[in-house]
Amino acid sequence: MQTATGSTCADVVIDVRGVCTRFGEAVVHRNVDLSVKAGEVFALVGGSGSGKSTLLREIILLQQPVSGSIRVFGHEVVGMSDEEALPLRRRWGVMFERGALFSGLTVAENVGMVLSEHTDLPGHLIRELAAVKIALTGLPADAGNKYPSELSGGMRKRASLARALALDPELLFLDEPTAGLDPLSAGGIDELVRGLRVGLGLTIMMVTHDLDLMWRVADRVAVLGNGRIVGVGTMDELSHSDDPLVRQYFHGPRGRSALEQAWNRK
Amino acid sequence: MSPDVSAQLTVVAPGPDMAVSELRCCGVWSMHTIADLEQRLADVDWPQSGAITLDGSGITALDTSGAWLLHRTVRQRAARGCVVRIQGLRKEFATLLQLLAAREIPLEAPVVHPSPWLALVGRRAWLAIADTQGYLAFVGESALALLGALRHPRRLRWRPILHNVQTAGVEALSITGLLSFLMGLVIAYQGADQLQRFGANIFVVDLVALAMLRELSPLLTAIIIAGRSGSAYAAQIGTMKVTEEIDALRTIGVGAHELLVLPKIIALVLVMPLLTVYTDVTGVLGGMVMANLKLDVGFDVFIDRLDEAVQPSSYWTGLVKAPVFAMIIALVGCYRGFQVGGSAESVGAQTTLSVVQSIFLVILADALFSIVFLWLDL
Repeated sequence: MQTATGSTCADVVIDVRGVCTRFGEAVVHRNVDLSVKAGEVFALVGGSGSGKSTLLREIILLQQPVSGSIRVFGHEVVGMSDEEALPLRRRWGVMFERGALFSGLTVAENVGMVLSEHTDLPGHLIRELAAVKIALTGLPADAGNKYPSELSGGMRKRASLARALALDPELLFLDEPTAGLDPLSAGGIDELVRGLRVGLGLTIMMVTHDLDLMWRVADRVAVLGNGRIVGVGTMDELSHSDDPLVRQYFHGPRGRSALEQAWNRK
Repeated sequence: MSPDVSAQLTVVAPGPDMAVSELRCCGVWSMHTIADLEQRLADVDWPQSGAITLDGSGITALDTSGAWLLHRTVRQRAARGCVVRIQGLRKEFATLLQLLAAREIPLEAPVVHPSPWLALVGRRAWLAIADTQGYLAFVGESALALLGALRHPRRLRWRPILHNVQTAGVEALSITGLLSFLMGLVIAYQGADQLQRFGANIFVVDLVALAMLRELSPLLTAIIIAGRSGSAYAAQIGTMKVTEEIDALRTIGVGAHELLVLPKIIALVLVMPLLTVYTDVTGVLGGMVMANLKLDVGFDVFIDRLDEAVQPSSYWTGLVKAPVFAMIIALVGCYRGFQVGGSAESVGAQTTLSVVQSIFLVILADALFSIVFLWLDL
């Protein structure tokens, strides 16, 4: 929700300090620090298995780190009970990598279910608002009455985004928003993220591999490697970084072509 | 979220009898206030035509729900020939409103109308027919796959067959044995009173042995296996369908029938007669224990009498049912698995159906067997 103060600019929305994670012997994170400011689009990148999604899951309370502190909207979420977490969970929306839509419900019911769980709105308003969110994500109106299995991959992602937006969250988490999409649909997601951020005043944190998406929409990017953050900054800054892992990531063949495109656009 | 969830709507009219010319919106327009605001907007005495100004300068918070309400009001009035202009909105709120205006959103949420009952009856009947056809086609396909496998026995997958023998047979020994032991116990107990009244204690052997061997032990085994293994077949194949593993098998060039269905049918057809013999034994043992306790028929007397009471034909009439029941259970379970649509819910529905239908068909087949045996005078 947008408030009079514009949700107090330059506030830190997510603050991760000294997070360590281990799965048995395997160390995923050692001392990860990062912070996401209100109103920015923050991208978390890193090679496969670098623990990006794990960090995301720790921030949204699906998993607990071994040690460290994670503060979201100023509340410590490590060790938080489900009851305490409920008001916090209403303030963020999550779009999962593979959609995670409830397969037994239509798209409109998927969105409406979140609204009817958390508000006392009458049925017709819930149906209308579900249609609004569905339209906001660029889906055609008739998609609302379809079941997730009847949708294409890109449409499923948009439907999942519509559900994440159901409660007008202040903070939106996107897990691989463009993975598995054709370039055209992926471009559509770029536009969508930008439009929503401006229109709804969202803070967006995304985990992604998509260099084009980062160039187009991310304000700041953090690179995870070897269990810690090896670089944080704007894409411009990172592309001039000397860190070998960051260079590897941004100066591979695909990184270079995305860089060239970004320059050509300017 | 703002703790102050008050919203206001003030109606301004130039004179007491004149139509409304301006509405002032103040406060928080969010999903917590729009139910109330919608009502108040509906109560406004809207003019038939002309222009109305909506002054939004007092709005302190606006989310998509509030924006939708404003947007919808403008469109609804426009449809009735009345122009509503929104003024004084803060910049970010105006952007949000533009975002909504840029999309094609239906004014009325689409409502799915339920079909008339006659159409529902027709559809159900048609689905039942199509389902039966599908099942018959599946039986045919399985038979062809089986023929193919018999022609090239090397292509049979022994590993999954043995695995199924283990899970559907060996691992079911304890439950089938225990239940049939209890069944034998109960039959002897129920018969004991009646037999004692006529002093015909020894006939408890006939009662237990014939009931178990001819009827109860194959039926009981089939029902347990339908619940235990038939449901597992449906759930396994159904989940594989949801995760597109079946499609993957097809693209690799492995027939789903060959890998998933045939081993289950073969394993179950092998295992069910064995289980039936085993439950014959445990059931009679149960009867023996009860006969000893309640009717003073000793174990040695019981076994002596068993020889006279049971004809080989009684044993075979029970045993011959087992492979047929096995076929029914394996085919229904696998067919239901393949009928799963794309959702988790449909896995549950088809698994339930697999158990219900296989038990139904098993009992139906049992009745048919009785009729055939009556003709054959067995």
